[in-house]
Amino acid sequence: MLAARVRMGVLTATHGAKAGHPGGSLSAADLLTWLYFSEMKIDPANPHWADRDRFVLSKGHSAPGLYAALALRGFFPESDLPTLRHTDSYLQGHPNMNTVPGVDMSTGSLGQGISAACGMAKAAKYQGKDLRVYALLGDGELQEGEVWEAAMFAAHYKLDNLCLIVDNNGLQIDGPVSQVMNPAPLEDKFRAFGFFVQTVDGHSFAQLEAAFAAARAEKERPSVILMYTTKGKGVSFMENQVGWHGKAPNDAEYAQGMAELQAELARWEAVQE
Amino acid sequence: MSDVKKIATRDSYGAALVELGAAHPDLVVLDADLAAATKTGVFKKAFPERHFDCGIAEQNMIGVAAGMAAMGLVPFASSFAMFAAGRAFEQVRNSVGYPRLNVKIGATHGGISVGEDGASHQCCEDFALMRSIPGMVVLCPSDDVEAKAAVKAAYEHEGPVYLRFGRLAVPVIHDEANYKFEIGKGETLREGSDVALIATGLMTAEALGAAEQLAAEGISARVINLCSIKPLDTELVLKAAAECGHIVTCEEHSVIGGLGEAVCAAIAEAGLACKVKRVGVNDEFGHSGPAAELLAQFGLSADNIARQAKALL
Repeated sequence: MLAARVRMGVLTATHGAKAGHPGGSLSAADLLTWLYFSEMKIDPANPHWADRDRFVLSKGHSAPGLYAALALRGFFPESDLPTLRHTDSYLQGHPNMNTVPGVDMSTGSLGQGISAACGMAKAAKYQGKDLRVYALLGDGELQEGEVWEAAMFAAHYKLDNLCLIVDNNGLQIDGPVSQVMNPAPLEDKFRAFGFFVQTVDGHSFAQLEAAFAAARAEKERPSVILMYTTKGKGVSFMENQVGWHGKAPNDAEYAQGMAELQAELARWEAVQE
Repeated sequence: MSDVKKIATRDSYGAALVELGAAHPDLVVLDADLAAATKTGVFKKAFPERHFDCGIAEQNMIGVAAGMAAMGLVPFASSFAMFAAGRAFEQVRNSVGYPRLNVKIGATHGGISVGEDGASHQCCEDFALMRSIPGMVVLCPSDDVEAKAAVKAAYEHEGPVYLRFGRLAVPVIHDEANYKFEIGKGETLREGSDVALIATGLMTAEALGAAEQLAAEGISARVINLCSIKPLDTELVLKAAAECGHIVTCEEHSVIGGLGEAVCAAIAEAGLACKVKRVGVNDEFGHSGPAAELLAQFGLSADNIARQAKALL
């Protein structure tokens, strides 16, 4: 139910922006919902709380998804979402830690967020802080060499307080990830790099819950959760369509998408009653 | 002058880190498999629990430093200038500069005085690259005393700082007892009225030598040392332009995008009539050879500074 509202936030933000990246935001919406409403130790009233868990959106273009989750969680008003990408809005096209409450790292250039997450996890260990660091990467992002530099660092320094999540929605700008530059086999790669590897359906809260619990229990090794998802998930005409990577819905598309998500929300409410 | 003490500023960097580290537990050091050369190895020996080798992966190292700064630590990330400013440029821009994170980049082996390693390791573009990042402070100390003070000032400054150190031992020209360092402030080392030699890094000692040569020929040369490439001490530069009317800039860096261009821009925008000659590495790559020979060959010498000053007058 919350995830449907995060998805509505994604549509509202990108529609308001007349730009932005709905596809990868929607594929990660369930994960972002789980992180911000269940998994992470955070306080929306105190976004700079020193001992909070950290989240780094390494796939920074999914900012609409992150913003929608943060707004819904109470870090800032949901009514600001349509100002995404507008001149003078604090909701920059890619996350800015200095303007958006709840954003722990400025990202956007792919491959860089994971390094910052490693730095946070290593710093937490040096500081004796009991907190966890989460970083969400795209499957296309894994083509960046820096990702693997960082992966080496994470395993070398036994960053068991670090949990990577890879959003395998299978599509990048130029086409299917497997055809543009195939990073597979991912399980083998991350295992060889020294990670505790788990594979889940990224739209199953039960599987996400179990994977995060196992990651938390893992000692001496960093974790990666390879999350298989549908790009554009939840909005019928956006699902598995590469064209919706970086395009905003027009008025008619926005109305249709919101109607679909409203129906989804109603189904959930009916189940709850 | 032959008995002048010589110390490489990279050695000063290592020593300053140890001294600061003792007082500040939030100071951590990162290196990329060059700790022996960058001299962070000295810090590693003193504080092994907060010296983190990142391996030969400079891009990740800068990102890790950014993450550590976001957690409240003050990381000094070290490598050769070529790799810290060059290879990891975009990480410095996007992960450090844009979020204004409190990362200090300790870049050693700047310029052609790297010597025998040759052009691949002789970074003469770092001022240009680092100056262009909004909010980045760029420092290039001239000797041991200034280098140690610059490291301390960098630690105390809240925000990103790029520090450039050299491989070659250079004369100690400052008196530690009377020395005061401030980011954004230059210093007049020698008064003069015919021409001002505005220098940074190891070229400051050369400029002092040039001023001696010029004095012997009856030319009064002012020598200004600018460790702070950015922010630039515009006031001091404009004063020299107005009073001397002739300026020779001296830097172990490309004449494109470095101190010389910063000085020219300040003078031009102020509308002052002042002739300027930029002494630096012209639009070319370096090559292998002993540092002293290369400096002479590329005109990064007192002789050439004096020659260029005379040509200007």
